[in-house]
Amino acid sequence: MPCGGARIDLFLAAIVIGITNGAFIALIALGYTLVYGIIELINFSHGDLFMLGTFACLTTLTLLGFATEVGIGGTPWWALLAAMLLAMAFCGTLNVLAERIAYRPLRKAPRLAPLISAIGVSFIYVNLGLLWQGPTPRRFPDLLPQYDFVSQMFGLETLVRFTFKDLFVLGLAIPLMLALAWVIRNTRMGKAMRAVAQDSEMASQMGIDVNRVISFTFLLGGILAGAAGLMYGLYNNNTVFTLGFDAGLKAFTAAVLGGIGNVSGAALGGFVLGLLSAIVITFLGGQWDSVGVFSLLVIILVFKPTGLLGQGASD
Amino acid sequence: MRRSSEGWWYTAKGAARDRNIVTTAGAIALALAFPVINQVLNLGWEAKAIPISLFIVLALGLNVVVGFAGLLDLGYAAFFAIGAYSMAFLTSEVSPFAFVREGQPVNFFIAMLISSAVAACFGVLLGAPTLRLRGDYLAIVTLGFGEIVPLVIRNTPEVTKGTQGMNPIGYPEVPGVHFATDPVPWYYLIVAVLMVSVVLTGRLQRSRIGRAWAAMREDEVAAASMGVNLVTTKLFAFSLGASFSGFAGSIWASYLQVIAPEQFRFDVSIFVLVMIILGGLGNIYGVIAGGLILGFVDRIMFDWFSAIVHGIGRATNNSELELTDTSRMRQLLFGVSLVVLMLVRPEGLFPSARRRAELHAAEESETEAAQERAVIEDIE
Amino acid sequence: MSDILEARSVTKAFGGLVAVDEVDFTIPEGAIVSLIGPNGAGKTTFFNVIAGLYKPTRGTVHFGGKVISGLPPHQITRYGIARTFQNIRLFQNMTAVENVMVGHHSRMTSSPFDAILRLPRERTEERETEVKARELLEYVGLKGRDGVTAKNLPYGDQRRLELARALAAEPKLLLLDEPTAGMDPNETARMTAFIRRLRDERGITVLLIEHDMKVVMGISERVTVLDHGTKIAEGTPTVVQRDERVIEAYLGRAASAAS
Repeated sequence: MPCGGARIDLFLAAIVIGITNGAFIALIALGYTLVYGIIELINFSHGDLFMLGTFACLTTLTLLGFATEVGIGGTPWWALLAAMLLAMAFCGTLNVLAERIAYRPLRKAPRLAPLISAIGVSFIYVNLGLLWQGPTPRRFPDLLPQYDFVSQMFGLETLVRFTFKDLFVLGLAIPLMLALAWVIRNTRMGKAMRAVAQDSEMASQMGIDVNRVISFTFLLGGILAGAAGLMYGLYNNNTVFTLGFDAGLKAFTAAVLGGIGNVSGAALGGFVLGLLSAIVITFLGGQWDSVGVFSLLVIILVFKPTGLLGQGASD
Repeated sequence: MRRSSEGWWYTAKGAARDRNIVTTAGAIALALAFPVINQVLNLGWEAKAIPISLFIVLALGLNVVVGFAGLLDLGYAAFFAIGAYSMAFLTSEVSPFAFVREGQPVNFFIAMLISSAVAACFGVLLGAPTLRLRGDYLAIVTLGFGEIVPLVIRNTPEVTKGTQGMNPIGYPEVPGVHFATDPVPWYYLIVAVLMVSVVLTGRLQRSRIGRAWAAMREDEVAAASMGVNLVTTKLFAFSLGASFSGFAGSIWASYLQVIAPEQFRFDVSIFVLVMIILGGLGNIYGVIAGGLILGFVDRIMFDWFSAIVHGIGRATNNSELELTDTSRMRQLLFGVSLVVLMLVRPEGLFPSARRRAELHAAEESETEAAQERAVIEDIE
Repeated sequence: MSDILEARSVTKAFGGLVAVDEVDFTIPEGAIVSLIGPNGAGKTTFFNVIAGLYKPTRGTVHFGGKVISGLPPHQITRYGIARTFQNIRLFQNMTAVENVMVGHHSRMTSSPFDAILRLPRERTEERETEVKARELLEYVGLKGRDGVTAKNLPYGDQRRLELARALAAEPKLLLLDEPTAGMDPNETARMTAFIRRLRDERGITVLLIEHDMKVVMGISERVTVLDHGTKIAEGTPTVVQRDERVIEAYLGRAASAAS
């Protein structure tokens, strides 16, 4: 790309990709930040939960007869909705169960104990994924309309694409985030969550059932991961059992970038990280993606451990 | 309680000490006689014993970081990789250094020391800015580092040969000993390193710095107020652990003769971590026992298990069962054992008395913990 | 009598909250000096500034002629200041003697490499440290409890152990944060006598934070009163006791608490 115009094209294209990818990173990051905000646990298995979410969608679509897009006219919206609801229910339930079994008994233990337990859960999820869909990458049906707004609607000839897929992801992720914000701000449970996050002992003295609030938090995180699973699958049209590790680390980095424990911070961090990652991939190559992300993580933690919007790591 | 007797088992007294001497001497004798036993009983375990003992060396190093100093390092394999690649750079025909390529490889034993020093330097470089972070943040930073190192190796084939790997790698040349063809000298080399590691970490544990580690693990603020320099004390543990990992990596590279980035992924770090948690954090003998148990399960019992599964597959004409790759279940085994251990016996099978007490004590109240963090942040 | 410690207009703010405000403060060498004030007056914060746990927002602390403010706590300990904590902070799972040996950390010189090689000087130092630790335990009245795990000691003994640990650092200045908190009158009297003995026998300068007025008035040569982070009075116990602002700070607080 010798000429400057192409560079700008490329850059803009990277930005669109980055924003869309940022949306699912943000959804996963919210799962980290919610849990961390409440019980100060880095839920190590969360990325793998998202991976299982993509699998749950794939299996649902396969059972409904949409294993492939070939020979299917139009988008089977009801099947997508079914897949998403099932994946949300599945991931939410699994996350709640993991908390019950593997983290709750360790709540009074030194903080490394639940973290190690979470690493164990992560390994279990990965193997569940391996047994479920096998070791090779699986194709995810390409069911969304093929439409590029930039070239087809505006007739522009550029590298920049804003397709229906991008719209789908953003159109689903942003309302979900707003819904989450609404739940936290306005519902009884949301208020209880904030109380527990601030001081769980005080909250329990005020009659809040802390265990229920924690379960609810894990449920919310799982639901968002399940939704992210459908978006990822439909956008990238593939999934594999090792997906969770990198996705998880990216999302965790996003959560830290935004200020862990801070919900709007996680959303912002997700988008920033998506952009950064897309720019690294575009200009340095995909093999440097994770290196870029992890280097950023180390740099943030060293220079600004409170993140962009965090009020302090101890909050 | 007088610690007048000489020798490194000196903390025990009376009958307990005699028992310790007997156990230790027995263990050493068994370790030394293993190749003979292996041959007489025709076990065919020589190729298993080498990686198992090498991983125990790794575990002893990680035990300094996690068990003694209480710093959770999830990227320990990165230093293992750094040690292995340093060895390859210094001795391999495909080294990026022209003088090595052109027939002037560094002597194995010198290369081993250099590799270990290189790993320690990387430990300092990573540790100096990050060790002030809280425990779980440190865990994630080390995890990230553990991911970056193999990726960078893979992405820079002009230096490291990338995924193709580096091969061959220099091996020790001792007159009359055939390292090139015979596994037994490798076994003795590694057992010697292991014994030195045991003595070394044991002496540190019972020294001024060992007490400082224990104090720091219990209460950073009080330790700092008693004159313990938190930064250098942590950094020493972290880079010492890294140097063990680098040391082991250099031997591993030479023993395998070929190294590639995929050998140093996250599961290696976790494998070593499971060893020390299984055995008992902070207890050197527990760590060895944990390493032996896990190594035995991983390298020997899994082979039996595969043989049984494949046998059943053959007998029932079930080709899927016959060809099942049981090694995939290794990770599942780690996962389940980590969770179960944390729930049932977080102190491990053979804990040090102090660790057991720590892990079973209820944690301080949240507000106190928060205050403490504020104080620690202010110190730094 | 020269001043061993001098704090010049020390201010410590947390965000917008000023916990210690422009406090000037000196401790004469060999004295027993007390810092009193109602709850939340900034006593412990001021203490933590001296001990190096907090960096002062403004102002400096000099100790033995050197500026120590801004130094990390371990270095301040090395210069000769040791402390105890209001809510006892022992190394709970270490034995009494190990706790005291940690206290001696800053006075030991052997490196990890000496320990690895078991050099004679390291062995000697370890032995001497242990002997000294046992002596200190005896000195504070914990003879025979050397091998007991700290958390298994009764409360009063834990306070004594913390004191022994601080003494092991061989301080010139000892900071005691409410050393008699939670003690019965009998124990309190013994602790008070012990603090005086420390100064008389070992020449250690003592700075006390206390709630118990009887303790403060009994042993202090000088009392400084903080309220809302500022110094409101200073002088001999009898003078301070009669100071109107002090009476108001204490009584006013008590009166408003009662209403």
